[in-house]
Amino acid sequence: MSLDVTLQTDPGAISTDPIQEARRQIEICNACRYCEGFCSVFPAITRDKVFASGDITQLANLCHNCRGCYYACQYTAPHEFDLNLPRALAAARVDSWERFAWPGGLARLFQSRGEALAVAMVMGFALMFLIIAALPGEGAGFYAWLGHSAMVAIFLPAFLLPLAAIAIGLRKYWREVGGQRISVADVKEALLSAAQLRNLSGGQGQGCNFEKAEAFSDARRHCHQAVMYGFLLCFAATSAGTVLHYVFAMPAPYGFWSLPKLLGVPGGILLVIGCAGLLVLRAKADPDLGAPGRASGERGFIWLLGLTGLSGLLLYALGGTALTGVMLALHLGSVLALFLLTPYSKMAHGFYRLAALIREAQDARARG
Amino acid sequence: MMTIDDPARLGAETWDVVIAGGGNAALCAAIEAAETGARVLMLEGAPQPYRGGNSRHTRNFRCMHHGALGPLVETYDEEEFWQDLLRVTAGKTDEGLARHAIRTSAECLPWMQDHGVRFQPSLAGTLSLDRTNAFFLGGGKALVNAYYLTAQQLGVSVVYEAQVRHVGIEGARATHMQVEMAGQSVRVVGRTFVLASGGFQSDIDWLARAWGPSARNFLIRGTPYNRGVVLRDMLDQGAISVGDPTQCHAVAIDGRAPQFDGGIVTRLDCVPFSIVVNRDGQRFYDEGEDVWPKRYAIWGRLVAAQPDQVGYSIIDSRSIDLFMPSVYPPIAADSIAELAGKLGLPVDALSATVAGFNAACRPGDFHPQELDGLATEGLDPPKTNWARPIEKPPFYAYSLRPGVTFTYLGLKVDQRARATGPDGPYDNIWSAGEMMAGSILGQGYLAGFGMTIGTVFGRIAGQEAAAHVS
Ligand SMILES: Cc1cc2nc3c(=O)[nH]c(=O)nc-3n(C[C@H](O)[C@H](O)[C@H](O)COP(=O)(O)OP(=O)(O)OC[C@H]3O[C@@H](n4cnc5c(N)ncnc54)[C@H](O)[C@@H]3O)c2cc1C
Ligand code: SF4
Ligand code: SF4
Repeated sequence: MSLDVTLQTDPGAISTDPIQEARRQIEICNACRYCEGFCSVFPAITRDKVFASGDITQLANLCHNCRGCYYACQYTAPHEFDLNLPRALAAARVDSWERFAWPGGLARLFQSRGEALAVAMVMGFALMFLIIAALPGEGAGFYAWLGHSAMVAIFLPAFLLPLAAIAIGLRKYWREVGGQRISVADVKEALLSAAQLRNLSGGQGQGCNFEKAEAFSDARRHCHQAVMYGFLLCFAATSAGTVLHYVFAMPAPYGFWSLPKLLGVPGGILLVIGCAGLLVLRAKADPDLGAPGRASGERGFIWLLGLTGLSGLLLYALGGTALTGVMLALHLGSVLALFLLTPYSKMAHGFYRLAALIREAQDARARG
Repeated sequence: MMTIDDPARLGAETWDVVIAGGGNAALCAAIEAAETGARVLMLEGAPQPYRGGNSRHTRNFRCMHHGALGPLVETYDEEEFWQDLLRVTAGKTDEGLARHAIRTSAECLPWMQDHGVRFQPSLAGTLSLDRTNAFFLGGGKALVNAYYLTAQQLGVSVVYEAQVRHVGIEGARATHMQVEMAGQSVRVVGRTFVLASGGFQSDIDWLARAWGPSARNFLIRGTPYNRGVVLRDMLDQGAISVGDPTQCHAVAIDGRAPQFDGGIVTRLDCVPFSIVVNRDGQRFYDEGEDVWPKRYAIWGRLVAAQPDQVGYSIIDSRSIDLFMPSVYPPIAADSIAELAGKLGLPVDALSATVAGFNAACRPGDFHPQELDGLATEGLDPPKTNWARPIEKPPFYAYSLRPGVTFTYLGLKVDQRARATGPDGPYDNIWSAGEMMAGSILGQGYLAGFGMTIGTVFGRIAGQEAAAHVS
């Protein structure tokens, strides 16, 4: 039996390289293990003695930045080991998303100037929709403003291209972390974990240490649940509309008691509440425990997501009034921006997280 | 909780209970006293990020129980607990106090949970402890945080960076504490006093006076703030002491660990699979005497007795994956001579020692997980288990130094945690935790018992002090 100890780092050698720094801290945690019960990162750490770069990427993507391990750590600054595992893993994580994003530079751009970019894109696209709407067209309801074929011509590629980019990124991820052939059981395990945000529960349902420092709270988990399920409902609403349109030849607009509205209205409300909550929590949380230099991108993304929900709700509320056109342009603008930014914004984390959970299910089964 | 940073406010009132210290014992006392409605002041010598003394480095406490309790499985009864204690202390314990601590430990676990402490199953690699020791979720710092939050909700006042220098005593009664805070000396007046400020291991001069000059080369595993100032002051005023004043609990840790506060991660688990040599390249003890958890504590003393208080544990590539890696990377070389050079050891001596050891190894089956009886022949000192030649490069070495956990000298207390003066028990001074643990742990150590003692007697001290006031 041999072990590649050349991978091991000196615990005192603080590094500016995200992978190297995460490795240094993970090695300290592996010698300590006090945080084992907080989340699945620590049990995964204990399966190894040294960590290749792919291992670090995988561990980083398993972490939810709940911060339990920071407040519990006896080695945080001013201790010379300067542990800040939530930050180290966040840095390695965003670094991995930015490396995997295709084309590469876009992700870094959004992360560093997210708010400005999100506003510019929404406004730009909204303007574009207003202009398109001004062109002569035909149709009823919303399609009176923007022809259905124009919508499809814009949104189909805007939906598929980012998905293709994400797929490229996920392939790179899977290769780097040494992923195996995926089984149904792996996916089931991962989905179950994601559906409950199990790892944000602090291990025992006490929640995380996001906004209240060393006191626990479930607020972030609840807000995140609202956003996740809100988004999924909105997505389902859009899908339902598409099916109604094409399969049942029932074009929009839909009344309240229709599937798109029954899914979309609660979805929009959840999305708005969740995003607002997350922004409030972020403002209270210690920025030094998150990914360095990415705050703008993360906030920009939450604003964008919230605006998508809000503009959708307003559009419905203001339906038939003079504001419909502007609202529709704004809503479509934000949806388009959200879609296009998917591979380059925090939106990507959902995909990578799921991949990491699947990989963890595999690894736990093989070596648990 | 109010965090006080104004010296004038501190000295302006008469507190019901004044507590010296900010670790587990101090917090348990503060919480118990505050729950009765007493006005409690905690004086923590360390700055806030380092609050909690050695308690922030702990991972579990030892707990008696009948049937599953919290994370604990099966049964660990009073008699077994007592026998375990008797064995490690070789009888140097106070049976009355010890049995009291053991019995009370059972009710501590639910009390701890009620006051915010969370437990987790025993950690990977510590399965042998899942019946006897309850592990804290997140470790000792999480426990300390939980208690500070609870104390805050109960209205306890806390001052950080408040060094207690002197306990003012008239006859059998303490009247005040002299406290250094923000560069000023403040007289803090109280009705009762709880002393829970740990041992003296971080005062290296004291350690060197007690143990000998070699102690200057020791590393301190825990907080630099436990310098025994209050203990010294009490002893100078005639308080009765217990525990051997010359002894400390020391284990062998990685020689590259920080001087203070290296904590759990600096431990080394490679010794049983290695040969350990001193500065002169000579072996000095049977590395394979027993499994490591039963031997790591004696190696602190063994290394302390070597020149310069260093040792070097040497293995070959076949053994590198047999133990939890140290947090420090091993020093590696392709030959023993090269390794000696990197370690600064005499090349010839080390080569001869390794060659002599290899020649004394006998064929047989090597079983890293059990006492395999694979012993050297005709070697002095022998290696009685896991003796396998060190011959397959690369070769690896870790340096060893003594790492001090705590000192044994403490204040003598009775079952109600009351400290004893020259003329019998003091009226209004109690002590808890490491500061009086010498009564129970006269020598040796039983993993997890430090936190048990702190919790049991910290709680008693808090209850008694509060009762004295009302
Ligand atoms: C690395 C390590 C790991 C350990 N692991 C375990 C374990 O898993 N289980 C276990 O049971 N035990 C363990 N121990 C032993 C355990 O830490 C102690 O038994 C226990 O913490 C003692 O608690 P205490 O409150 O008495 O002292 P401490 O927690 O050390 O608290 C002493 C407090 O007094 C303060 N203080 C000191 N001097 C002054 C002064 N002059 N004025 C004001 N304040 C002062 C200090 O700042 C500190 O807050 C470990 C020890 C170490 C070093
Ligand atoms: S974060 Fe700190 S306390 Fe937790 S496992 Fe790592 S080193 Fe240990
Ligand atoms: S921040 Fe939370 S999820 Fe991430 S490693 Fe620490 S405890 Fe686990």
